[in-house]
Amino acid sequence: MSHFIYELKEGLIIAFNAIRANKIRSILTTLGIVIGVASVVLMSTAIKGIDESFQSSASSIMGTENIFVDKWSWFGDIPWWELRNRRDITMEDYEEFKDQATLPLAVVPRTGRRQPASHNDQIVEGCFIIGTNQDYIKTTELKFTEGRFFSEIESKAARRVCVVGGEIAEKLFPRGNGLDQVIKIKDKKYKVIGINDKQGSFLFGDFNPDNMIYIPIEAMFKDFQSRHRGGGITISVRAESNQMVPAVTEEAISIMRRVRGLKYDEIDDFSINKQDTLLDMINQSVGVIQIAGLFITGLALFVGAIGIMNIMFVSVKERTREIGIRKAIGAKKRTILGQFIYESAFICLIGGLIGLFIAVLGAKIIEQYDFPVSIQIDAVILAIGISLLTGVLSGIAPAYTAAKMDAVDALRYE
Amino acid sequence: MNIITIEHIAKIYQVGSEEVRALSDVSLTIDKNEYVAIMGPSGSGKSTLMNILGCLDTPTKGLYTFTGNNVSEMDDNDLAAIRNREIGFVFQTFNLLPRSDSLHNVELPLIYAGTSKEERKERAIEALKKVGLEDRMDHRPNELSGGQRQRVAVARALVTNPSIILADEPTGNLDTKTGEDIMALFENLYNQGNTIILVTHEEYIAEHANRIIRLRDGLIEKDEIIANRRVAQPQQLEI
Repeated sequence: MSHFIYELKEGLIIAFNAIRANKIRSILTTLGIVIGVASVVLMSTAIKGIDESFQSSASSIMGTENIFVDKWSWFGDIPWWELRNRRDITMEDYEEFKDQATLPLAVVPRTGRRQPASHNDQIVEGCFIIGTNQDYIKTTELKFTEGRFFSEIESKAARRVCVVGGEIAEKLFPRGNGLDQVIKIKDKKYKVIGINDKQGSFLFGDFNPDNMIYIPIEAMFKDFQSRHRGGGITISVRAESNQMVPAVTEEAISIMRRVRGLKYDEIDDFSINKQDTLLDMINQSVGVIQIAGLFITGLALFVGAIGIMNIMFVSVKERTREIGIRKAIGAKKRTILGQFIYESAFICLIGGLIGLFIAVLGAKIIEQYDFPVSIQIDAVILAIGISLLTGVLSGIAPAYTAAKMDAVDALRYE
Repeated sequence: MNIITIEHIAKIYQVGSEEVRALSDVSLTIDKNEYVAIMGPSGSGKSTLMNILGCLDTPTKGLYTFTGNNVSEMDDNDLAAIRNREIGFVFQTFNLLPRSDSLHNVELPLIYAGTSKEERKERAIEALKKVGLEDRMDHRPNELSGGQRQRVAVARALVTNPSIILADEPTGNLDTKTGEDIMALFENLYNQGNTIILVTHEEYIAEHANRIIRLRDGLIEKDEIIANRRVAQPQQLEI
């Protein structure tokens, strides 16, 4: 073991000297690895960032513990013309469903329309007006900057009160103080009783809680949507935990079939929408991005590796005589093999560390543009691992050439 | 006591379809504390014989026994170990590592032998003292004169306490005076009980040995004991 350490140390000293003796060449060679590692690290963190924001966007809109009983299949494979013939889900369906459901934490009706909202001169077009009831709050992780959600009484009495998403609040009340102000949704006056934190979204553009205004569903029916010919509602069902989602789903299907009076041989005329379905889709696209991205950056690294291999071959050729001397005074094959592999690994490691440094800088710059990237410890390990691996792999062939040289020939080499 | 025994050694190279016999049939023994010169014109096979004696190469035919080990059947790694422990090389062109200082050059065989750092340094300094260069430890080869470089090379050959010192034209790249210094160094080593094998084509240098083996066309032409050998005197340095 100590023998190995001597040889490793000797190998590193040789590597260091060789690099110092050929500064420009080493820098140019390393450049390939620098670029390769920097792009691999940046790409992998960017992909991770995209993935994470997709996931968090998805859960800010749907929530992992929620299922949505709807006429429409949101991400499904059922053609729209078949869905079109389904019956709308009504408030009566909802009431029955709620009465029969035993497992869920909350069962909430939900419906949506896009309407402009305004306050004095400030107008925000196309806000997502969500009509729901007091329990809606139990199905989300909404955070309040100010105020509260509406109460059961406000909900049942169809009061014109609203809870405003962070981004709309910013636009309607540029100077703040939005709470207790009266805004107009289309032409109806609503009092702001709550304002949500802005949370940002990556995936669905402006369709996210920041651009939503929540009002009591009865007010919705009164002002914006016909109760019976308005296209129906969605029933949001909240499970107690992730583990409960399958059971809640099973129960929801059987209750809905009962509510709808479906016979055993009739297919469901409603869909259960879940975040899982969305996540599956997201994961698929992220997977494609991942493969494409890493393939391209991998190419950069590969080119770098070829550069290293090339320069190591040159280095071995140049130092033929040195190899001869070392062999003559007792260096074994594996010692010479090790020497050149250490050298190659050492060059690559330095390149990798520089590349990592550049990637960190790059990430800082990209972050300025609100694109989610953050370099974590695993990226550091990735960079070091990849550069060492590249160094070792691209050093093997040149080192092997050196190790199998004939000592007599090598000593005579001019 | 025999250090080296070779019996009917031949080395045959295949050059295209032609066979080249560098050594045809050579047998000899070398005892401990002999001072042997191997001589011969170019093409006589003396380099080939030296490579075989130095375990850098193995014979095509015949048996080579080195301190009781059958070298002719050893693999590369065993040969490397034998070279490392038992043989000290001194070359015509010095063959020092250009980017390393004297101390590191002398330490190198001990690194490959796995000697501990402290012992390595101690023994390297001791070897450099023997050749009178302890004040040049941190000099690189290009900061040393030819004679000094060859003395570093001798120190490197000595540092492992090898069974033989194998010198290939050690004075070939040096002027006469400096060459005489190196020969005086060998004289000293010989007097301390070392076994020295000298390969040379210069009669004058060979006469320092107590035995001259002359090769011609891959065969031993003559193997003679020198009664009145030349004893080298140091010219410039005090040892």
